[in-house]
Amino acid sequence: MITKEYLGASSIAGPLMVVEGVEGIGYEELVEIKSKDRFTLGKVLEVSGDKAVVQLFESPQGLDPQSLRIHFTGKSLRLGVSLEMLGRVLDGLGRPRDGGAPPLAEEFIDINGRPINPFSRDYPNEFIETGISSIDGLNVLVRGQKLPVFSGSGMPHMRIAAQIVRQAKVLKSGESFAVIFAGMGITFEEANFLIKDFEASGAMERTTVFLNLANEPVIERIAIPRVALTLAEYLAFTHDYHVLVILADMTNYCEALREVSAARKEIPGRRGYPGYMYTDLSTIYERAGRIHGKTGSITQIPILTMPEDDRTHPIPDLTGYITEGQIFLSRALHRKGIYPPMDVLPSLSRLMTKGIGPGKTREDHSDLSNQLFSAYARGREARELAIILGEGALLDVDKKFLRFADVFENRFLRQGEYESRSVIETLEKGWQILSLLPVEELKRVRKEFITKYLDKYFSQAGDVQEDSIL
Amino acid sequence: MIKGKIAKVSGPLVIANNMSGVQMFEIVRVGEKELFGEVIETKGDLASIQVYEETEGLKVGEEVISTGNSLSVELGPGIMGGIYDGIQRPLKALRDLQGDFISRGISVSALDTNKKWLFQAIAKQGDQLTSGDFLGFVQETHLVKHYIMIPPGLSGKILEIKEGEFTINENVATLKDSEGVEHHICMMQKYPVRIGRPFVDKLQPNEPLITGQRVFDAMFPIFKGGTACIPGPFGSGKTVMQHQLARWSDADIIIYVGCGERGNEMTEVLIDFPELKDPRSGRPLMERTVLIANTSNMPVAARETSVFTGIAIAEYFRDMGYNVAMMADSTSRWAEAMREVSGRLEEMPGEEGYPAYLGSRIASFYERAGKVKTVGNPGRTATLSVIGAVSPPGGDLSDPVVQATLREVRVFWGLDARLAFARHFPSINWLISYSLYSHEFEKYFEKGELKGFNNLRKWALKVLEEESELQEIVRLVGMDALSPNDRLTLEVARSIREDFLQQNSYHEIDTYTSLSKQFLMLKVISTFEETARMAVQKEVEIESILELPLKESISRMKEVKETDLQKLEILTVNVKEMIAGLIGGRA
Ligand SMILES: Nc1ncnc2c1ncn2[C@@H]1O[C@H](COP(=O)(O)OP(=O)(O)OP(=O)(O)O)[C@@H](O)[C@H]1O
Ligand SMILES: Nc1ncnc2c1ncn2[C@@H]1O[C@H](COP(=O)(O)OP(=O)(O)O)[C@@H](O)[C@H]1O
Ligand SMILES: [Mg+2]
Ligand SMILES: [Mg+2]
Repeated sequence: MITKEYLGASSIAGPLMVVEGVEGIGYEELVEIKSKDRFTLGKVLEVSGDKAVVQLFESPQGLDPQSLRIHFTGKSLRLGVSLEMLGRVLDGLGRPRDGGAPPLAEEFIDINGRPINPFSRDYPNEFIETGISSIDGLNVLVRGQKLPVFSGSGMPHMRIAAQIVRQAKVLKSGESFAVIFAGMGITFEEANFLIKDFEASGAMERTTVFLNLANEPVIERIAIPRVALTLAEYLAFTHDYHVLVILADMTNYCEALREVSAARKEIPGRRGYPGYMYTDLSTIYERAGRIHGKTGSITQIPILTMPEDDRTHPIPDLTGYITEGQIFLSRALHRKGIYPPMDVLPSLSRLMTKGIGPGKTREDHSDLSNQLFSAYARGREARELAIILGEGALLDVDKKFLRFADVFENRFLRQGEYESRSVIETLEKGWQILSLLPVEELKRVRKEFITKYLDKYFSQAGDVQEDSIL
Repeated sequence: MIKGKIAKVSGPLVIANNMSGVQMFEIVRVGEKELFGEVIETKGDLASIQVYEETEGLKVGEEVISTGNSLSVELGPGIMGGIYDGIQRPLKALRDLQGDFISRGISVSALDTNKKWLFQAIAKQGDQLTSGDFLGFVQETHLVKHYIMIPPGLSGKILEIKEGEFTINENVATLKDSEGVEHHICMMQKYPVRIGRPFVDKLQPNEPLITGQRVFDAMFPIFKGGTACIPGPFGSGKTVMQHQLARWSDADIIIYVGCGERGNEMTEVLIDFPELKDPRSGRPLMERTVLIANTSNMPVAARETSVFTGIAIAEYFRDMGYNVAMMADSTSRWAEAMREVSGRLEEMPGEEGYPAYLGSRIASFYERAGKVKTVGNPGRTATLSVIGAVSPPGGDLSDPVVQATLREVRVFWGLDARLAFARHFPSINWLISYSLYSHEFEKYFEKGELKGFNNLRKWALKVLEEESELQEIVRLVGMDALSPNDRLTLEVARSIREDFLQQNSYHEIDTYTSLSKQFLMLKVISTFEETARMAVQKEVEIESILELPLKESISRMKEVKETDLQKLEILTVNVKEMIAGLIGGRA
């Protein structure tokens, strides 16, 4: 293939560079830009007549448009991938950040990936035990799922992510696991905390970190999730790894996207984010999954901070429309000192029904979690009423639900950062707390399960109430 | 054939010059890879083309070639049970050719061209036939008799008709039109997706589409040939309800369009449907289902057409005389695809950046639903029901897509995040939802075994309405302020909500409820109200009514098997007797 080199760009504005007088340039092809002392990359965003609009992947600072040597490579941006990348800390384009030598590539792969044919997908249904009750009991994570954490600034989402990485296991042996962490615009402390935690638990040797810190150029965040997922696909579908990909913070990614869109003067969608953000995000999130006939899998936990804790903000909103559920963190619970401060009611795992039940967790799991959800919802309603009218105004049965909600938050949700509960422990805890409620109110559980799992706690119901922390 | 050259590439939009003479909506092949595209605007010698495949690597100057055809579906035996992308390429064949990831520039026939089907003739030599007339049929699956019809626009005398095993491209009949031209007819026909198939007459829907979902059938029914929308925020249950409709509704043919949604949701259908049995025939559901899957990460322009591809297939089966139901999940993604292409065309945006023609596009889609007298002989009536999910940002119903849809559809099932959070599913908000078929409902249940269904429906809706007013009062002054009668209303409303409306799609029995069972369930609750109200009048304490061991039996009605419905009749009697016992006890 003939590649083309031009001298000088006609303009650089923000993350965009315009090159004129070009010929035979392909849409989305990779561009190498050389200045006196730098070498940067970009991609073609639009070609029109003899003009190409190029989006830079790195900061344009210090680039003089006239003196640039611009090389159109005729290829799209590829990542050199290899098993050697495990244990390394790399930048947004896969270059070392840890002082080590560049990893030798075994293969070069287009970072944009290609959509998995829906006919080839295998349905995710293998339970992952995270050891965290609010996840394993109520919002189960399964292999091949994309389950984001919707958080807010100052909340412990990174600590939860680290706990999941430390504790997650599947009830099978002889499989290879890997973790890929893509940090976009996160602080040095956050990145450092995670890397230290991975090192301490021994996870680092099967982990690759791709990093762009908060003080580094925003546009370098655009390629990171795709670079990370390209390695993930290679590990999962070429080398049979079960890969857990953590993307944090997707809010910073979306902001970079908005910056490029604004520079192109595109008509904005809601709150200035581009109208194609849904499609763009889906080409990241849909790269999770399992494929028929392949052993490996890609499970994604994107983390995002909701600007002003606003759930209807386009970033959490569009994410929730693509991912297979979401875990909300609650500032109110966090203030009460409850860790993990999972906001149970709006949280959801859409793949839960397929990942639980006899042979996977236990037969009563589905009924029990439905019951816990609806009882907690009723308890919260009672709490709201009690705030306005005083507890005295509640019916006796509603007082019981209120009490249930308190105990549920303190005994079921609250958990130590280094405490790992087996799923059976979690389920038993759930039944134990349900014993606070009159049995005729437990409409969501089958009768036989009440006899089998609940009756034994009835005599002890008093105990639950006494030693609970209220 | 017109040959132009690419002048500009921006996302899914390509502008080509030297294209004068090309038709609007004509299919063109773009670039060296011969990607599929459709002309969506012409201006002088420029044509704007939406490309159905990834445009990465396309260069200015590459060739664009017109095909003379507009985007069409291939219709014929072999379509049932298939899964297609937005432009009707079979995903199984794409997998076999390209592997697990979709790549570009492949044209595959939508239908298997090698398979032989047993064609049985209905028409005879010498018959004078017009378009829509049955020529013969193929028993495509156990559930579907696939009629071979004279294609639209053709009529004449049958010179020859065959019988036996043929592929879809082999001649099964020869027809001579009034000008003496002979036409060879095969089992496959093509039809443009953007044009509705002709029909003789539109009729008023007068039969309910029975879905087995209590909140639909008993509260907000849709009728065969009707239109409905399900708007709601993410996680509120749009997809689960669409899947339930595809599984259980009593249509003959299901067309399910996954438009810009999750890949795994299509996989779920693909894995479940071959195993699930149609409650009426006991056959695998896949035998009556066609899937169109253009997931969110597949090309945007093909997402826009996927909805039309689906409805074109649906109309074809309607014309055979079937009751067809089509689900589109989600129409918002379809509208967004239009918005994206419109934005790249630099058209003047309307509300929220959507093109100004959003409303008319949505209207022209839902207009294709209906109960019709089809063209062709033997005369037949058939229905096409359309149910669209809508995904407004933040669940906000003022969204332009929701608003434009509400102007078109007759049934509104409004989902509510608060109900979903409490795991009250289906999270249909009974206060905002409506069905404009309530008059038809009343008429339909005027006689027959379920006589009185309409009164139960009206009663239940009234109790729920009263509940919401009473709750206002409780929120201000507490429960104590309520009279025993009002307390009873709240209890009855809770029972309607929890014991009737709530329905777990994943429970083996609860997932489907026949109309007879729905009727009996409502009957039990209304009998409870009636007798309890009498008891309260006679100054029986409401607590003592609630303490009766009835509450649990009522809440377990859902678990009663369809074969045990007499249990519900017995329960009605028990309810009466137990409460009457309280009155007696006092006397
Ligand atoms: N320059 C523009 N040209 C055309 N349309 C625009 C322009 N700016 C905004 N719009 C349209 O107006 C809509 C409202 O924009 P605005 O920034 O007010 O959103 P918002 O009020 O923050 O969002 P929402 O109320 O939906 O949460 C946008 O969705 C966009 O489609
Ligand atoms: N009728 C139902 N019965 C039980 N669970 C349901 C029902 N409807 C929805 N759900 C639950 O809600 C989740 C989200 O539903 P889904 O239809 O995927 O939402 P949406 O399409 O509106 O985003 C499902 O994964 C399931 O757990
Ligand atoms: Mg607005
Ligand atoms: Mg959905």
